Amino acid sequence: MIKQRLFAQKVNFSLLKIAAWINGAALAIIVYFILSRGWRAISWEFLTKPPTDSMTAGGILPCIVGTFLLCLVTILIALPIGVASAIYLNEYAVQGRLVRLIRLGINNLAGVPSIVFGLFGLAFFCIVLKMGVSALAGGLTLGIMTLPVIIGASEEALKSVPQTYREASLAMGATQWQTIYKVVLPAAFPGIITGSILGLSRAAGETAPIMYTGAVFFTPDLPGSIFDEVMALPYHIYVLATAGTEIEQTRHLQYGTALVLIALVFGMNLTAIILRSRLRKKVRT
Amino acid sequence: MRRQDIDKGVQSVFLLVALFSITALSLIMVFLFLEGIPIFETVSVKDFVFGKYWYPTDEPADFGIMPLILGSVYVTLLAGMIAIPLGIMTAIYLAEIASPRVAEIVKPIVELLASMPSVVIGFFGMVVVAPFLQKLFDIPVGLNMFNASLMLAFMAVPTICSISEDAIFSVPTALKEASFALGATHNETIIRVIIPASLSGICTAVILGLSRAIGETMVVLMAAGGAAMLPTSIFDPVRPLPASIAAEMAEAPFGSEHYHALFAIGVVLFVFTFGFNLIADYISHKFRQVGEASL
Amino acid sequence: MKKITRVLFLLAVALILATGQVVAGEVVIKGSTTVLPITQKTAEAFMAANPEVKISISGGGSGNGIKAIIDGTADIGNASRFIKSKEVSLANSKGVYPVPHRVALDAIVPVVNQSNKVSGLTMAQLKDIYLGKIKDWKEVGGTPGKIVVISRDSSSGTFGVWKNLVMKKERVIPSALTVPSNGGVVQAVGKTPGAIGYVGLGYLNEEIKPVDVDGVEPTEENTVNGSFPIARGLFMFTKGWPKGDTAAFISFILSRKGQDLVQEAGSIPLF
Repeated sequence: MIKQRLFAQKVNFSLLKIAAWINGAALAIIVYFILSRGWRAISWEFLTKPPTDSMTAGGILPCIVGTFLLCLVTILIALPIGVASAIYLNEYAVQGRLVRLIRLGINNLAGVPSIVFGLFGLAFFCIVLKMGVSALAGGLTLGIMTLPVIIGASEEALKSVPQTYREASLAMGATQWQTIYKVVLPAAFPGIITGSILGLSRAAGETAPIMYTGAVFFTPDLPGSIFDEVMALPYHIYVLATAGTEIEQTRHLQYGTALVLIALVFGMNLTAIILRSRLRKKVRT
Repeated sequence: MRRQDIDKGVQSVFLLVALFSITALSLIMVFLFLEGIPIFETVSVKDFVFGKYWYPTDEPADFGIMPLILGSVYVTLLAGMIAIPLGIMTAIYLAEIASPRVAEIVKPIVELLASMPSVVIGFFGMVVVAPFLQKLFDIPVGLNMFNASLMLAFMAVPTICSISEDAIFSVPTALKEASFALGATHNETIIRVIIPASLSGICTAVILGLSRAIGETMVVLMAAGGAAMLPTSIFDPVRPLPASIAAEMAEAPFGSEHYHALFAIGVVLFVFTFGFNLIADYISHKFRQVGEASL
Repeated sequence: MKKITRVLFLLAVALILATGQVVAGEVVIKGSTTVLPITQKTAEAFMAANPEVKISISGGGSGNGIKAIIDGTADIGNASRFIKSKEVSLANSKGVYPVPHRVALDAIVPVVNQSNKVSGLTMAQLKDIYLGKIKDWKEVGGTPGKIVVISRDSSSGTFGVWKNLVMKKERVIPSALTVPSNGGVVQAVGKTPGAIGYVGLGYLNEEIKPVDVDGVEPTEENTVNGSFPIARGLFMFTKGWPKGDTAAFISFILSRKGQDLVQEAGSIPLF
């Protein structure tokens, strides 16, 4: 009887194990395909030259710069607002209807589909605020999309700061704001940065929100300012793969661009993951 | 000015900033509705939602989004059939069975899967999976509902997995120990005690995962085939809601009927995900476990 | 913490300052992917000759190009069809008067997979295939197999011309796969044995097989002499009569040199 039960356990556990490793396999397969077909496209030229010959040759520099510019606007808008929201929710707010409402807003904002952010950005930033298609409009759209991630991460970081820190500071006569600014925030800082990197990596890889707000098919020059429209890595992949003039002939460029994008996104994620695990160890000791 | 006054001032500033999320959400709703509602001057809500034909640029045009809604719903359900078991099983494995060292490897894998840009997954579906499916099942086209669902599933798994894992992890140890003490195996404990105890969390996870899948754009734009038809098989090409918006927005003249119709699709999509989120929120608050007593 | 605040602040200031400079002589072009190869080819040559002018180009489709003119987000709107009366009235209501410039000719060629044995179809057969009445290749003399109909997004100019000339305004079957560009059609047809699609003449290559229509081979000659039935002009629209760099660019395309580049890009020159 017990043998049977243990056998059932063995079977079930193996199934669970297999399920877990299917994820690993999926990731490995995707990365393998992108890596094995993309690495040949990567060269110093590819990274430092603009596309040439109707985007069938040359590099992706404008896309890298464009993605960087979009991320810059994103973080400039999302980080201050996100951290401030988290500070309010975690340090000042008293549980009640207002807080519940704010949280509901954040949760739902997190659930809004990316293309809907794009629609909103188009209607609001590009048309009503007359920003046109620009890195600014695209970055703002991405910023709002990233906000819930940053708020969540910052809150978690603030929560992990021991209550005794605050009490000690308050007991020394500091006001609440002084306590937050001088004691709580520095302690929570690594956690906030980790979360922000994660949020930013998501923004860097998004396509739908910037399709109509920030990114364009092709610009011959690097963007001069955030009021210019930009090329962006994810949109470039989409364009080359579906709307290019020579789709089969530019496969290596598509794989190459995809490789650069996932290297960027994974790089940011790994940094965050490593930072976080170091942080956890620190907390434990 | 006294320090306390400054402090009060600072607090109100933070409150104002914290209200930004709500403001942003309301602005999104306002603009979606503002730009979406004018389409109902030309077509009734009923014809819009239940109409079978989507020919937005014909004269006269047909604005029926039923094929698009069904496309979205089918793709999401099919993705769910793959992602829900996979996500929950992975979560159980991580929270209950895996040794800390294995978990340390598997967790980042799931996180990296979550961070994989959607356009890359769509690209992969289009370039690698489509020809593969075409050969494997001997079907005319590889860009179809099944392909898109498969790709979407891998985008939903991380959401389902991480939220379920939190839920399973937060089941009080006392419950587990009680079950062991009664002679149950670990397997039986998981099935009879841990899963029921974390069910509300798992439900939230599933709903949020599906909500992510239904709103995902690039994958369905690139891998679903883009045919606005009422699907009859899982190998039919479909055109889910987000794909329609993304594919057509560039070409819909500002202020035209088509433009408003696409915003109205945005409204429908928003309502779907908003509904999912409200349900998830309700479940997680209503059935939140506070210690053993609440079980 | 302070450091980060300071860095963020400096970045913000730098961004605001950086926005002061506006590039002189910028021409923004948007629209049809059919006109894209011509535009890119001529723009590259034009910019090489006039380095002070910056031309930025994006695709999106004919509707997008005309929309961009009306909204004022582009200087030139490319279209692979003529402007619709609805668009004219929308433009006029906003005080915009779009001016068409025909820059090239083009044929829309039905294409099939290389493995397909069918080499000619009639206009009626094409129409029935796209209506969904003909479903199998054996009905038009090919080897049996399901026909996979590939079409373009409904607001593409190529689709518009196809709809007028081939479909006679009837509707393409909903189960048709839609692809966002000419290049996309080439790719999809090239990869799908049972597929049929249609592309601009400039997009024909060895991946796909062009099909004769009513016995007429899709060539430049047959398009110019009017015997190939699915032909059209390619247009650039400007908001009012073009001025400055925009005018210079359009007259460059319409020059002998520009038209040679049009031919190199695979479309048919006007003269």
